[in-house]
Amino acid sequence: MANLIKIKKGLQIPLLGTSEEVLRGGVTSEFVRICPKDFHGITPKPLVKVDDRVKAGDALFYAKDHEEILFASPVSGVVTAIERGEKRRILNFEIKADSTIEYVDYGVKNVASLSSEEIKSSLLSAGIWFLLHQRPYDVVANPKKEARDIFVTGFDSSPLAPSYDFILEGQEKDLQTGLDALAKLTTGKVYLSISTKTKSKALREANNVVVTEFDGPHPAGNVGVQINHIKPVNSGEVVWTLNALDAALIGRLFNKGKVDLTRTIALTGSEVKQTGFYKMIIGTELSSIFNNNVTEGISLRYISGNPLTGRKIDKKGVLRAYDSQVTVIPEGDDVHELIGWASLSSKRYSAGATYPTNKKKYRLDARVMGGPRAIIVSNEYDKVFPMDIFPEQLIKATLAFNIDKMEQLGIYEVAPEDFALCEFVDTSKLEIQRIIRTGLDLLRKEME
Amino acid sequence: MKALRNYLDKIKPNFEEGGKFHWLYSTYDAFETFLFVPNITSRSGVHIHDARDSKRTMIIVVIALLPALLMGMYNVGLQHYMAIGQEVSILTNFLFGLLALLPQLIVSYVVGLGIEFAIAQVRKEEVAEGFLVSGILIPMILPIDTPLWMIAVATAFAVIFAKEVFGGTGYNVFNVALVARAFLFFSYPTKMSGDQVWVRTGDTFGMGAGQVVDGYSGATPLGQIGVTEATNFSEVTLTGITGQPLSISDMFFGFIPGSIGEVSTFAILLGAIILIVTGVGSWKTMLSVFLGGAFTVLIINIFAQNAIMEVPPLYHLILGGFAFGAVFMATDPVTSARTEKGKWIYGFFIGLMAVTIRVFNPGYPEGMMLAILFMNAFAPLIDFYVVDANIKRRLKRAIAPSATNNNK
Repeated sequence: MANLIKIKKGLQIPLLGTSEEVLRGGVTSEFVRICPKDFHGITPKPLVKVDDRVKAGDALFYAKDHEEILFASPVSGVVTAIERGEKRRILNFEIKADSTIEYVDYGVKNVASLSSEEIKSSLLSAGIWFLLHQRPYDVVANPKKEARDIFVTGFDSSPLAPSYDFILEGQEKDLQTGLDALAKLTTGKVYLSISTKTKSKALREANNVVVTEFDGPHPAGNVGVQINHIKPVNSGEVVWTLNALDAALIGRLFNKGKVDLTRTIALTGSEVKQTGFYKMIIGTELSSIFNNNVTEGISLRYISGNPLTGRKIDKKGVLRAYDSQVTVIPEGDDVHELIGWASLSSKRYSAGATYPTNKKKYRLDARVMGGPRAIIVSNEYDKVFPMDIFPEQLIKATLAFNIDKMEQLGIYEVAPEDFALCEFVDTSKLEIQRIIRTGLDLLRKEME
Repeated sequence: MKALRNYLDKIKPNFEEGGKFHWLYSTYDAFETFLFVPNITSRSGVHIHDARDSKRTMIIVVIALLPALLMGMYNVGLQHYMAIGQEVSILTNFLFGLLALLPQLIVSYVVGLGIEFAIAQVRKEEVAEGFLVSGILIPMILPIDTPLWMIAVATAFAVIFAKEVFGGTGYNVFNVALVARAFLFFSYPTKMSGDQVWVRTGDTFGMGAGQVVDGYSGATPLGQIGVTEATNFSEVTLTGITGQPLSISDMFFGFIPGSIGEVSTFAILLGAIILIVTGVGSWKTMLSVFLGGAFTVLIINIFAQNAIMEVPPLYHLILGGFAFGAVFMATDPVTSARTEKGKWIYGFFIGLMAVTIRVFNPGYPEGMMLAILFMNAFAPLIDFYVVDANIKRRLKRAIAPSATNNNK
């Protein structure tokens, strides 16, 4: 029987636009773009030039500080552009995809017969090592460091998040292979967390892992929260993290012998006319699922990911590397609401009780809903932060970049996403995820 | 609404960089965001935000203060007409109080907000809303006959030296309204305490002129207890301003002389309900202040040597500024302890200190102000120890596993 951990703090934001659990088919696009910015903590060095031909699984670029970490092209075709931005930073690699994808053959392998090193080098050379993240710093895992344990989250509790049960249907074997591979990568344990709502047997009865069951509102599905409750990260320790969908992608490499970065994604959000699930390769342009399927006449915000941690993309944007969800909400920059502070409107949503709230679902836009202030209200962050950490004090220490204090207060245990709800409820409207991200990056520079 | 929006858009360029009124940008921004929710959308991090902002939070506190303010206004009139021996309608009583208090509210807001706007402009920041609450609190905790110039001076002093020098709303160590009161209390003690300041005996803008009746005494019940020569509390009869005995219900509903806001415990509790239901005020702080107060009184009662020490808990909690301080002052999130455990300790000691000062220092019949200011200074220390426990736990956890690893 799985261990049950109850999470009391947190918040399930009642948003409109949950995805219907129907698979609406596959989506491809002529051009596929991979954005190195998705892979946090690495500096990309291109291995291809414009007009080069690549196969799916060929490396597009590598990490400057870790030459062994390669990043695979998800499709075969011709590199048509390497777009650069400020300071010549690479924004994206654009590939004109073939209609039938040609894969590099990495050979079907039996994970059970492979050593830890062989698994590591398979993932690195196939260019999908990026699926593993590490704490501290929440960056692409450093393959040269030992992972104390590996934590896999088996559900997503974010607002409008798709059900992993649904996505993993048919991928049960890949998932188990992935978990087996992960088990070889660490001398510690692989912890798989599931929700009380998880039905999938592949998750519930997964082998080779320690299954822990979580009950409670978001952020119960965040791997950071799970680590904090199962076995917290101490100073000097490293753990690797990923979600069950990415574990299945790892399994797929060994079972199929090729890099197949096809994801099943949910199209969600209040402005989507027909929600549903689509199969697509990462980097695929999303315009075909948006066309004629979103509210017209108002300005919209397109997000790859969920409304709390996703990345803002435009209508022609692509599916970003780690996302299994695409969301469309109103932008709200065309709304002029009169005397909002006195509003009794039932359209406004607040986690606290300063607005009349009922149980219905809300259509929230991207407005910040107030100006930035100093931190005034207390106990606001704590209510949505189910970790044994004082969020406000940690945020303040991070703002001041007081390294000692940050360490003492648990900076190594957190990722920006853990603060997403704090940022949502914040009366002072601070950009808390950005603050934590900057703090982690600076700290990493100091420490490594 | 559309016309207003268009007008704002039309005049906005004047206030922006290079416009001729750029030196008033913060002021423009304050009014614009007061009228319209800013349509700025999120640039990083979360894409959606909670509808609660600083303005909403402050306005809830102001709403919570209204029952006490309205009851206080009514009581100002009531006490005045009792003092001059006239029977008038409830409405007249209220109107007198309104007229008496309005100039004080206006002075406090104009001076305080004026300074806030100017400093926000200098710092190129948005105007913070903190003073919306402080501005209403300051007149509420002063005697009704406080001269307007004193309110102006005290407000300016508090806003500049208790708040802005520390960095503005959110950074102050001491409660701004209490600093204003403390400033006046120590600078002009005769105008802040004694028997003569709590009831307006003169007229207000010509309204309610009359002669004070014989036997009038403006002493507050707490003041009476403070100077009593009786050895047992049972011998003390608390009286109203015309010598009529006061019942518990008079004291609870607020028909006694005192500062405008503090007299009606009933109205204050209504405010407390608003604060607790909306989650704006911490019930932990409020409850622990009352617990701390009641606990201390009970201890003192056991060792009672005189009438003051014999005053039962209920009197302490409904008289003077105790309830008002507990509900509206101690819960100020900026100057209070910020951790949840810390709030229990912080509140408890406020109650304890307030009662101790009242009982053992007859010079200060009202201990609440000093107790809260004192604990404001200690709040960071309380938090330090609460957070330190978490830090120690983390250190211990880090040491434990590595020690076992070394043993391998």
